Amino acid sequence: MTDFVFARSQMAMSLAFHIIFAAVGIGMPLLMAIAEGLHLRSREPIYLDLARRWARGTAILFAVGAVSGTVLSFELGLLWPRFMEYAGGIIGMPFSLEGFAFFAEAIFLGIYLYGWDRISPVVHWLAGIVVAVSGLLSGIFVVTVNAWMNAPTGFELVDGRVTKIDPMAAMLNPASLQQVIHMTLAAYVATGFAVAAVHAFFLLRDRSNVFHRRALGIALTVAAVGIPLQTLSGDMIARMVAERQPPKFAAMEAHYRTEAGAPITIGGIPNDATMTTRYALRIPSGLSLLAQGDAQASVRGLDSIPRDEWPNTRIVHWAFDLMVGAGFAMLILAAWAGWLWWRRRRLPDDRWLLRALVVAGPLGLIAVEAGWIVTEVGRQPWIIYGVMRTADAVTPMPGLVVSFVTFTTVYLFLSVIVLYLLRRQFLETHPTSTGSR
Amino acid sequence: MPVEHTLGAVILAALVVYALSAGADYGGGMWDLLASGPRALRQRAAIEHAIAPIWEANHVWLILVIVVLFTAFPAAFAVIMTALHIPMTAILLGIVLRGSTFVFRKYDAQDDAVHRRWSTLFGASSFFTPFVLGLCLGALASGEIRVVDGRLSSGFFAGWTRPFAVACGLFAQGLFAFLAATYLTVDTEHEPDLQEDFRARALVAGLLLAPVAALTFVLARDGAPQIFAKLTNWWAPFLVAATSVSAIGSLVTLWYRRFRWARTAAVGQVTLILIGWGLTQYPHIVVPDLTLSNTATAASTIDALQSALVVGAVVLFPAFGYLFYIFKRRST
Repeated sequence: MTDFVFARSQMAMSLAFHIIFAAVGIGMPLLMAIAEGLHLRSREPIYLDLARRWARGTAILFAVGAVSGTVLSFELGLLWPRFMEYAGGIIGMPFSLEGFAFFAEAIFLGIYLYGWDRISPVVHWLAGIVVAVSGLLSGIFVVTVNAWMNAPTGFELVDGRVTKIDPMAAMLNPASLQQVIHMTLAAYVATGFAVAAVHAFFLLRDRSNVFHRRALGIALTVAAVGIPLQTLSGDMIARMVAERQPPKFAAMEAHYRTEAGAPITIGGIPNDATMTTRYALRIPSGLSLLAQGDAQASVRGLDSIPRDEWPNTRIVHWAFDLMVGAGFAMLILAAWAGWLWWRRRRLPDDRWLLRALVVAGPLGLIAVEAGWIVTEVGRQPWIIYGVMRTADAVTPMPGLVVSFVTFTTVYLFLSVIVLYLLRRQFLETHPTSTGSR
Repeated sequence: MPVEHTLGAVILAALVVYALSAGADYGGGMWDLLASGPRALRQRAAIEHAIAPIWEANHVWLILVIVVLFTAFPAAFAVIMTALHIPMTAILLGIVLRGSTFVFRKYDAQDDAVHRRWSTLFGASSFFTPFVLGLCLGALASGEIRVVDGRLSSGFFAGWTRPFAVACGLFAQGLFAFLAATYLTVDTEHEPDLQEDFRARALVAGLLLAPVAALTFVLARDGAPQIFAKLTNWWAPFLVAATSVSAIGSLVTLWYRRFRWARTAAVGQVTLILIGWGLTQYPHIVVPDLTLSNTATAASTIDALQSALVVGAVVLFPAFGYLFYIFKRRST
């Protein structure tokens, strides 16, 4: 493997690691703020207990997220100095704003985690709201940077030099809105399902445990409200990609040949050499309908793109199907839970639903990872779509295998410890309070 | 003053605040590792109590430095991250291990053996990271990182592997250890025995700092000649005098147990040292080839960034004030 491959692997690994903490860092403060808000309204101590317990887990996740995010900000320069030299002045703006949002998040998280007994309950709850909002804002700013890499705007190229930089136009590029909505909802949905799974697990042991019933109620509501919206957002972002990044869209759908009335291709084994996808399920005219809203419309295939500008079809197609599959599984689960709730007007605690929720716990996070593989691998060979190739951005530094192996080892170690500690937070002095349903 | 020079001042200011806040958190980690005597456990508890609510916010100052650097001076950022790839990677490892072990320690089992295992990693990375930070700043000043036609020409070992950079690394360690111990004398004002422990540590660190400072100064003659030459400027004697006064002042006030005064003097000392470094470095980012002006990005971005910084500061400073008010106010 070359240094270039190690640089890409290290970046991919760092992002894949960080994004879990980033997503949960956006989602958890919302759950905590809801729980604490319900406590303020109802004065039920169990909600306060819940907010405090969630805060313990969040403290661990946030710390690891903060340091792994720092790693990324350095790695932009350590691994892709040419990219930063070129793009720093154009997309540094949202990064700076993200810096401030992160400041606010860190300051108020400190107040939130350590200030339970030092400030009034309402002020404490407001600090939690600030954490939730600033976490959301940091996510939004960072995603606009990634959107710019997909839809670079806000500058002009004259003889290969960047001029007429308009940082606002770069930040508010044509991909920003769709990507921001998709990622934000993803963070809430993924956190919601992951947290719901933990509490569903404990409810399977003791269905009358009020603590876990309240917890599941909040997490499941966030997840179940989010996932249908996410389905709509997915449609919106897919149309945008179809219009602006035909190679990525074609690879997502394993769509090799430009044709009218194009089918949706699900699964299968794409083969670039023969430009066919074997063993796939096909929905006739589905792709034309999805991309253009017209069953007879023509959809560009990879054949319309120079061969050296194709992304890796298999990775992108499979990651896309994994994301969509996980999304629909969560949608069905949310519909089931919603139906049970509507029938009985109380927390759905059907044994089979709880089991399904436990199994579905990782689905949201899997969808987040798969979605990022789609957008990142789907953009290759470009680091800035149509402007700069990833291979031209890489550092001249040799021996990158060393840092790749080091960071991979450290992150594996951290992952194991974090999982172990999160498990501890739930098992030790596990609340057994029972009461009215 | 051209607008990009203002941003240079912002970067320096953010570095100063980083040193004053996060620097002391590193120092806290060092004293955690060195906790000893009959009150070792209580020393650790006091350090944790002082750091826990604020360290993550303090850490963001470094991110601000990086972000403003790559937004306003992308060409300099690209060169720095290439030339100092190895030590910067080391800093990252230090940051990751320090932050995560600190929080792991808090949420893992509270028995002493487990606690100690995390403490060792936390303390070791608190020693290691400032040292490498010092190496990097020393390298920027060394004049050995060279750029030809916008491309790094001096390889991946220039500057940071020299004795001068090593002296800077040791100096950063000593400074942060001194700063932390001095802060802790104020944080422990209701526990006189602990306060005496930290007073002794501050005095030792402060006295050890003097020969390291002298060594750094002597090595700068050959190790950072362009910087050293700036010391003939009219302002240099004033700066050196003010720094010396605050250094001696902090030791004297520590000796006479005027701890709040000592804290103020230590803050002044660290601030003056970094301002001194900034002034001798000015207008260079990387001596001698990269300056604030020749690496600045388009004026439109610089202007927008400046507005963002002003708005950010308006939001941020009250928030920081509130954070420190809640956790550092004099408890009555």
